[in-house]
Amino acid sequence: MNPALVNLIKKDFDVRNSRIQMFANLQLIRSVELLISEKYADQIFRCPVHLSIGQEAIAVGVSLNLELEDKVVSTHRSHAHYIAKGGDLFMMLSELIGSPLGCCKGRGGSMHIFDKAVGFMASVPIVGSSLPIATGLALAEKHLNSDNIVVAFIGDAALETGAFYESLNLAALKNLPILIVLEDNGYSTYSNKKVRWPDNKNVRETIEGMGITYYSGSGDDVEDIYTQIGNIISDVRKNKSSLVHLDTFRRYEHCGPSLDDSLGYRKSEEIEFYIKRDPIEILGNKIISSGVISEILLKKLSSQINYYVEDTFISMLRQNENYLKQFEMNK
Amino acid sequence: MAQTYINLLNQAFDESLKDNSKVMLFGLGVGDVGAVFGSTANLQSKYGSERVFEIPLSENAVTGMALGLAMQGFRPVMMHQRADFSFTSAEQIINQIAKTSYMSGDVYKVSLVIRMIVGRGWGQGPTHAQSPHAIFSHVPGLQVVAPATPVDGYYLMKQSIASDKPVVFIEHRWLHQTTEVLIENEQVPELSEAKIMKSGKDLTLISLSYGVIECIKIAEILSEFNLNAEVINLRSIQPWDKSTVLRSVEKTKNAVLLDTGHIEFGLTGEVSSTIYSELFGLLSNPILRFGLPMEPTPSSAALAIDHYPTIEKMLGEIKAHFGFKFDLTKAINIFNAKFPYKSKHKDQPDVGAIGPF
Repeated sequence: MNPALVNLIKKDFDVRNSRIQMFANLQLIRSVELLISEKYADQIFRCPVHLSIGQEAIAVGVSLNLELEDKVVSTHRSHAHYIAKGGDLFMMLSELIGSPLGCCKGRGGSMHIFDKAVGFMASVPIVGSSLPIATGLALAEKHLNSDNIVVAFIGDAALETGAFYESLNLAALKNLPILIVLEDNGYSTYSNKKVRWPDNKNVRETIEGMGITYYSGSGDDVEDIYTQIGNIISDVRKNKSSLVHLDTFRRYEHCGPSLDDSLGYRKSEEIEFYIKRDPIEILGNKIISSGVISEILLKKLSSQINYYVEDTFISMLRQNENYLKQFEMNK
Repeated sequence: MAQTYINLLNQAFDESLKDNSKVMLFGLGVGDVGAVFGSTANLQSKYGSERVFEIPLSENAVTGMALGLAMQGFRPVMMHQRADFSFTSAEQIINQIAKTSYMSGDVYKVSLVIRMIVGRGWGQGPTHAQSPHAIFSHVPGLQVVAPATPVDGYYLMKQSIASDKPVVFIEHRWLHQTTEVLIENEQVPELSEAKIMKSGKDLTLISLSYGVIECIKIAEILSEFNLNAEVINLRSIQPWDKSTVLRSVEKTKNAVLLDTGHIEFGLTGEVSSTIYSELFGLLSNPILRFGLPMEPTPSSAALAIDHYPTIEKMLGEIKAHFGFKFDLTKAINIFNAKFPYKSKHKDQPDVGAIGPF
């Protein structure tokens, strides 16, 4: 769990409770992404952003199963993965404004978040290209005789690249401790899978046929994901290369700060269907109905996190005052 | 004792594997009976198949795997029996390997070597004879080196493996059977330093890789006519050793460049431009450039004759360009007498090697 988050809420909430942990992580990511969305028009975050809103449950359900020493490789949509792995919010926001205080000294921006200190090894925005690197990281762990695993988050379009199949073959051949988490949101920018995959494509058979263990499930219920990954991960640590295929929904546009429902490439029924499966609402309802905490306390938890994100943003602006002056955009 | 390029490269790998447990070798042929033209012979049995191994035919993924290993502190050497095959991994080399250290805010040191062998002759043709040193030299974040002799290969490989930056190691197939004596405690140039192979005052011949051998032959022929050419072996292409080149041309005031790659947008243009800028007005003659024409390399032995700049042709052009007074027929006769081809055909190395290459 993100250490800053633990410190923030431990006074008022039971941070050992897994539902509290999960909810706090989901809310932290959502709150950061909404802040970026809200401030984007001010031109403070001067780089392309791919927001994770709607897809948070996968990052959280997976990462709560990971140790600090486990390695993660991400994509252009990296924010949720970074925060869930315990990434530093101040450094991430600084990176997004291009500051030398960023986790990559401003050289990478949103699409290239690297932070070796928390095992967040690379974000690779060239679709599919993260996987070869992940195989090397995993082979290194094997050579070092560690118990660590490598998690590579990918999207559905990665299955259209050659690097994906080359990497799966390598992983299976070398029995690598690698878990590929396929976040299937159904779209590559605006293109539905229907124009990219044949009707008779069978992902399970493809993956299993290559010698990789395949699991599938829904990417909306963070508890289910947490449990599912928990069951898989010990096998991955024993060098059983695996892929878990989770359905999810990208609520915002592919790249940018806004909703793009008006474009009409996704039918309104599809959007409505997924809004009902919002990961934060699903878990929030469970917490309230099972009496972990009351609705009022849950709202308090959310607001504490929202304030924390806003505070971090303000302090980030203050500490980057000199940097921002050169653009006269210190608002 | 004189040793072949292949034997000395094998020794460089052997010593690197022995000295540092983080060194790994892999590529197509590394663990098979051919052992990449013999260069990796016995290394798998000596150091185990965890460190020295054959790969699936997935150059792109394996090159990315090398990067992942380097990000975790290993020092992998990835090999291609032809440089042309590396283009399947251009994405990993150009977008990832070259940029990872920079993108990460200098957190990662990416120590890895990509060894690329350049073919020539025996019908190698369009996709088995390219020397991509200029292509990779255009990419910030990569170092590109190209040895010209067995001892060069030995030291450059050891230095490349020990380097904290990714190195593209361009190796000409025609060097493999050349021989040289490795002298102990010899002073060795740095990884990015050029080497003066022969000093002279009348003309500077600048080249890389196998071209250096041709330049040495040209210099020896010219010396029969009291023309003393200085021969510079660049060794490193990116970065290239500007000061050694400029010092020499400042002295000789005449420069000839010979590239093993294509002439346009390449090494000869880059080096000429620097010489013209830095030594403007000091040159006695315009720079003369040799390289491959802007057509793919043909397979046919008949067509390849016109594709590569031969020593006979270069001697003629040097004479005409600089207005030297030597007798060209006599010079070509000296060339044939001094460097007789042991091979039956000139589209294969002149050291008695037999194909296929």
